[in-house]
Amino acid sequence: MHAFRKARAVCAALLTVGTVAAAAAGCSSSGGSAASSSSSGGGGTYTFWDPYPQYNNTSDWAKLVESCGTQAGVTIKRTGFDTTALTTQALLAAQQGKAPNILLVDNPVVSTLAKAGALTTTATNGLATGSVATNILGAGVINGSTYGVPIGANTLALYYNPKILSAAGVNPSSITNWASLTAALAKVKAAGKTGITFSGINTEEGSFQFLPWFWGAGASLTNLDSAQAVAALTLWTTWLKDGYAPNSVIGDTQTTAWQEFQTGDVAFAENGTWQKAAAAAMGAKVIQIPGENGGEAPVPTGGEFFTIPVQSDTATYATSAKIVSCLSATANIVKTDNTLNYIAPTKAGQQAQLTADPSLSSWVSAVAVAQARTGNNLGTKYPVISQQMWTAVQKAESGAATPAAALAAAQSAATAALAK
Amino acid sequence: MRSAVRPRGGQPRDEAAAAAPSRGPRRSRRERVIRSTQWTAWGFLAPVVAYLGLFYAYPLYRNIDLSIRSYTVTSFVSGNAPFAGFANYRAIFANPTFAPALLNTAVFVFVSIAFQFAIGLGLAVFFHRNFRLSGLLRALFLVPWLLPLLVSASTWSWMLNSDSGVVNAFLQAVGLSPIDWLTSPTWSLGAVLIANIWIGIPFNLVIMYSGLQGIPPDVFEAASIDGASGWQRFWRITFPLLRPVSAITLLLGFVYTLKVFDIIWIMTRGGPATSSTTLAIWSYQLSFGSLLPDFSSAAAVGNVLIVIAVVFALVYVRARHRLEAL
Repeated sequence: MHAFRKARAVCAALLTVGTVAAAAAGCSSSGGSAASSSSSGGGGTYTFWDPYPQYNNTSDWAKLVESCGTQAGVTIKRTGFDTTALTTQALLAAQQGKAPNILLVDNPVVSTLAKAGALTTTATNGLATGSVATNILGAGVINGSTYGVPIGANTLALYYNPKILSAAGVNPSSITNWASLTAALAKVKAAGKTGITFSGINTEEGSFQFLPWFWGAGASLTNLDSAQAVAALTLWTTWLKDGYAPNSVIGDTQTTAWQEFQTGDVAFAENGTWQKAAAAAMGAKVIQIPGENGGEAPVPTGGEFFTIPVQSDTATYATSAKIVSCLSATANIVKTDNTLNYIAPTKAGQQAQLTADPSLSSWVSAVAVAQARTGNNLGTKYPVISQQMWTAVQKAESGAATPAAALAAAQSAATAALAK
Repeated sequence: MRSAVRPRGGQPRDEAAAAAPSRGPRRSRRERVIRSTQWTAWGFLAPVVAYLGLFYAYPLYRNIDLSIRSYTVTSFVSGNAPFAGFANYRAIFANPTFAPALLNTAVFVFVSIAFQFAIGLGLAVFFHRNFRLSGLLRALFLVPWLLPLLVSASTWSWMLNSDSGVVNAFLQAVGLSPIDWLTSPTWSLGAVLIANIWIGIPFNLVIMYSGLQGIPPDVFEAASIDGASGWQRFWRITFPLLRPVSAITLLLGFVYTLKVFDIIWIMTRGGPATSSTTLAIWSYQLSFGSLLPDFSSAAAVGNVLIVIAVVFALVYVRARHRLEAL
C-alpha cells in the first residue's frame, strides 16, 4: 500500500514539474521564433488579427480574407478581437515575439504600436500606398514613415430627423454655422422635443465627438486652453444648461446617444458613418457639422489600418504585403467598406461607392475634410492630450468647473504628463 | 459535541504499530518508512507549491517589477525598461487624481460596508425567527447575488438615468425635483454606492444568518426566562456571540468592496471627470483606458490597493488574537 501511495505521489510531483517546465518553456520562447510557423515564401499559415469579432467564418469578410490568402499561396488563420482588447493584445504579442503576420487595428493605435517598435514601415514591407487620400493616410504616417494602409474611413456628421425639423419650422439648409444650429435647437425645444444628442463620455469616444467642435472653432490640440477651445466647450455646456441637449450625454456612449435619437424625440444626433444604414431605416437625413463661423468643421477620421507587425522571419513580409494589397484592391475594399458602412480610402473606391449609392455624397465630402487625431506629428502625444481633453469636457458638462478653468487645468496636466 | 466523543481516526493504532517493530534490524526499515512518508508529503505538497508560485507569487512579482521600472510602450515590447525605484509611486501620489481617488475609495468602501452589514444583520435577525414564507422571502433577497454584475449595473444605470429613469419619474411624481444621479459630480458616487449596497446585502445576510444558526437556542431561552427584552437579547447575546462571524464578514466585505470595478465602470466610467473614480478605476484607466497604456503607473496604483488590503487583513488577524485571548 505504501509503495502504491509513493508511486502516486511521485507521479503527481513529476506531473507538476512537467507543467512548470512546459510553462517555463512557454515563457522563455519570447524573442524566439515567431508564432507564425510559416516557411518563408510560399505555403504555410499566416495569422491575421482584426477588430471584427462580429464576423464569423461564414461571413463575406472571412471568405475574402481566406481567398486573398489562397491567392498568395498561404492559409490564413483569422482571429477577431474586441477593439479595446486588440491594443493590449497586440502589445503583449509583440513583447512575446508572437505578433500576427497581419494586424488590422484602429487608426489612433497605429502610432502607439509604431512607437513600441512593433510595426514595420511600408519601406520595409513593400506595401504600396500611392492612391490613398493623404488625410486618411495621416494616422499611419509618423515622422515621415508610413506604417500601414487604411481599410476605409468613417467620421462624424449631424443626422437629423426631418419630421421634427419640419414640425418645428426649421429648414436644415439654413444651418451653416453654430449660431444657426443653436437657433434651430431653440426652435426644436420650443416645439417640445429634444434638440441634440452626442457622446460626452469619460473615454476616447468623448474626445472623438468633441473634436469637430474643437477644430471647428479653429483650436489646436497642442493648445487646449485657447480662446477657440473655450468657445467650443462653452457651446456644449450652453446646450446642456439651456436644455437643448439631455443631461445624459455626459455618460452616453455613441451607441446610447444613437438609441436616444432612434426614439424619434430628438431632432439632431452627432454620430458616425457606421449608423447610416440605421438612419436610412428610420428616415433620418444627414448634414455636415458646421464650423463656428460657417463652412465644414474638420472632423476626426475613424477606421482601421492594415499593418504588418515585426517578425523574426523577414521573408514573410512580401507575402503579407501581397495579402494586404489583395484585401485593399478597389473591388474588394469597396465591397468590404459597404458591409462595414465605411467610405473607401481611395478616389477610385469612393467613385465606385458613389455610383452605386449617390446618397453617400455628403459622407464622401465629410471624409474629404477629416483629419487624423494622431496626425500633424502628434503621434503618441495625442492619447495623453485626449485624456485631459475628455476630462475637461466632463468637468464643464457636469458643472464642476467653468469651460475656461477646466481647459486650463487640462493644458497644464497635459504639459506635465508630456514632459515626463 | 458528538464529534468530540467519536474516536479520532485511527491514531492510537498507528502508534501501536510504530512502537512494536522498533527494535534491532527493524530500525532501518522504520527510517525508510519515515523517508518515504516525507517523499509522499512533498509529492502532495508540490502541486500546491507550483500552483501558488505560478498563479500567485509570479504575477505579484511581475506587478511589483512593473511598478518599480519605468515602462513605456517601447520598453514594454523590447523589455529593457530602466529601473525607476519609487519614482512611479511618487508620481502617482503627486498626481491630482490620487487624492480624490483615495477619498472616493474610502467613502465607497466604508459607506458600502456600513450599510451592507447593518441591513444584512437586521435581515438575518428578522429571518432567524422562521415564520411562514420566510424561506421564500429569504430567497428573494438573494436575487441581487445571482444576477450577473453586468446586468444589475446596467439596470441601475437605466433606472438612475437623468431624463428617462424610473427613479426620477418617481421623484417627480411625489413632487420632488429630479436628480442627475450619474451625471452630476455631487451625486455620482452616491449613485454607485446605492447600487453596490444593494448588491452586497445578500452576502452579508447569508453569512450572518448562518452565524445565527450556530448560536444555541437555549441561550435565548435562558435569557427570556430571565426576563431580557428583545433589544437586550440582541445587544447582550446575539451581537457578542456573532462577533467572530461579523469580523470575517467585514474583512471579506472590505476586500470585495476595495476592488469593485465593474459596477462603477458600467454606471459612470468613474465620471463625471473624476467624481466617482476609485483607485481600482484609476488603475484600469491608466493601463487600458487610454490609447497609450501606462502600465508602470497602473501597477503602482494596483500595489497601493494591495497594501491597503493587507493592512486591514493584519488588523483583522490582531483582532482575532485579542478575541481568542479573552
